[in-house]
Amino acid sequence: MLNIKNLHASVEGKEILNGINLEINAGEVHALMGPNGSGKSTLASVLAGRQEYEITEGSVEFLGKDLLELSPEDRAKEGLFMAFQYPVEIPGVSTTNFIKTAINEIRKYRGQEALDAVAFLKLMKQRMALVNIDQSLLTRSLNEDFSGGEKKRNEIFQMAMLEPKFAILDETDSGLDIDALRIVANGVNTLRSKDKAVLVVTHYQRLLEYIVPDYVHVLYKGRIVKSGNKDLALELEEKGYEFIRQELEAVEV
Amino acid sequence: MNLLTSLPDQFNNLQSQQQGSALYSIRQKAFDTYNRLGIPTMRNEEWKYTRISSLLKKDYSFNIHPATPLINNEDLDSVRLPGSKNANELFFVNGVFYSSLSKINKDELVVMSLDEAANSEFKEIVQTHLGSSSKYMKDGMQALNTAFAANGLFVLVQKNKTLEQPVYIYHITDTRVDSLFVQPGSLFYLDENTTVEIVETYANFGSQESFTNEIIEIILQKDARLQYYKIQNEASHCHHVGTTHIHHAGKCFSNSITISLNGGTIRNNLNVILDAEYNEAHLYGLYIANGQTHIDNHTIVDNVKPNCYSNEFYKGIMNDKSTGVFNGKIFVRKDAQKTNAYQSNKNILLSDLASINTKPQLEIFADDVKCSHGCTIGRLDDEAMFYLRTRGIDEKKAQALLLHAFAMDILEQVKPTALRAYIEEIINQRLDFSEE
Repeated sequence: MLNIKNLHASVEGKEILNGINLEINAGEVHALMGPNGSGKSTLASVLAGRQEYEITEGSVEFLGKDLLELSPEDRAKEGLFMAFQYPVEIPGVSTTNFIKTAINEIRKYRGQEALDAVAFLKLMKQRMALVNIDQSLLTRSLNEDFSGGEKKRNEIFQMAMLEPKFAILDETDSGLDIDALRIVANGVNTLRSKDKAVLVVTHYQRLLEYIVPDYVHVLYKGRIVKSGNKDLALELEEKGYEFIRQELEAVEV
Repeated sequence: MNLLTSLPDQFNNLQSQQQGSALYSIRQKAFDTYNRLGIPTMRNEEWKYTRISSLLKKDYSFNIHPATPLINNEDLDSVRLPGSKNANELFFVNGVFYSSLSKINKDELVVMSLDEAANSEFKEIVQTHLGSSSKYMKDGMQALNTAFAANGLFVLVQKNKTLEQPVYIYHITDTRVDSLFVQPGSLFYLDENTTVEIVETYANFGSQESFTNEIIEIILQKDARLQYYKIQNEASHCHHVGTTHIHHAGKCFSNSITISLNGGTIRNNLNVILDAEYNEAHLYGLYIANGQTHIDNHTIVDNVKPNCYSNEFYKGIMNDKSTGVFNGKIFVRKDAQKTNAYQSNKNILLSDLASINTKPQLEIFADDVKCSHGCTIGRLDDEAMFYLRTRGIDEKKAQALLLHAFAMDILEQVKPTALRAYIEEIINQRLDFSEE
């Protein structure tokens, strides 16, 4: 589904991604972990199409297409979704209106008819229940004055509405209490299927207790330095990132 | 013939025909003022960024004598606002008020031409208030309008009347044959304890240029409540200088909303005079310009008496090579203690070639007042754009969503829902946000 080869990216001349290789297949859940500044969020942003990053080398193939050639909106239309680490507050744009516009843009791209008001409302009710989000929240301006937890739940709600083929959760667990974490994880798990894939970007093992990954990768200084199964996350939790550092230094010596 | 050189003869003709009119001396005085001040140039500080002198040097026809207008019913229907069926409708064609085209609920309103009013029982009102706006303007445009006042409109709302229906004023110019200079003028007198909603709108037929120099003066007595809307959406060959003068003579309330969506060169003067204690006034404005449209909003809030409240909020979106001006003056006179006056102007520039000059101007002579002002000029938030685009919304539509949200602050001040929907529709089309 997603094939990243030797990806290098820099911002203002500073290299942040330093040769990423990663293949994600349909049906898989991958977790990307790593210390602060290792490039996790940069990778998520590059995949979503943020313009500030310059791709200096490498390629990303998504469902047979050159992802890096696509605009952010076309990536979304092709089935990519990123849940933001810091969802943006947009005063004056109602959440409902925004999601309706987004859904119908994506449907149009796929050659499907626009959802009518009734069908949209029905879908919305169903997906709201999934992430336990309140109707009153959705009539308000997008993310405006939402609490941290509400913003994150709204991201997962949007994901549930847009039904992407591949979703990136960029530190969706940060700032969530345990109940909100469960709700978010439950939302993601409900949407797991054999033709969909998820990349969970996180600092902590905590979220992975609820969204159990098939693979765990450790990002360090812009490269994936270690990959394994869910046990790797537990090992990291136990030993901290220091043991990765030591392992790497041992190799270098 | 050049418009400006033709004016003295035209003026003398009018005066010689109407020697007995009560307007005679008002016009004479105004014409003298016009001669003294002339057409403003960019050397005049108040016109530094708005050039009209070159526009006025052209060969416009200027006809102050009413001829039967070549406007048919279909034309009239095409300019009508929503809710026109029950509304009071007042039509100006080529600067002249036509009672024959108009539709008035006579129980609620007294309507006549200015000339009639000046020679009627309402003589004193006309003499006291007609042309009083020129006191606030140090240029010849208002005076020029008043100098030719004859076929204007006089409206009186009698004591204790709450108008059930709005008053729609349509300004139509017909430039299918000739380019035109027109000078509509209106004087509204809202007597004590009255409630009125006035909507002014403009339409042009033809492709020749039109230049409108308008005045509307609205006098509010104690406990009058005014909702005033000015909606401009003309073609780029239509130029406009308009003065709206709202005089709070007693303790009363006014809410004015100026929405400018298209045109050539536009200058809107809005004067709100708080001439009694405990007055409340709101001034809202929204301008969206593209092409080479120029939109200039000059506002004055004059706090003459103590304990008044005013709130002003103007927003603008400038695209292409459009240019804009916002100038917001707040006077607080020496006696006007405990004044609360707020002002804000926010602008978004969508193009590198668009520009806006914004200038708050506070002149405060009292020492116990609360005044604030602020202005911003910026572009759309990149982060918000990116967020919307990652949800599959293309760049153009994302921009439209954000601009619509920006405009909403002002749009939601338009209280009649049909009128708001009408304006929103124009804005959506403009922002390319019409639903397919």
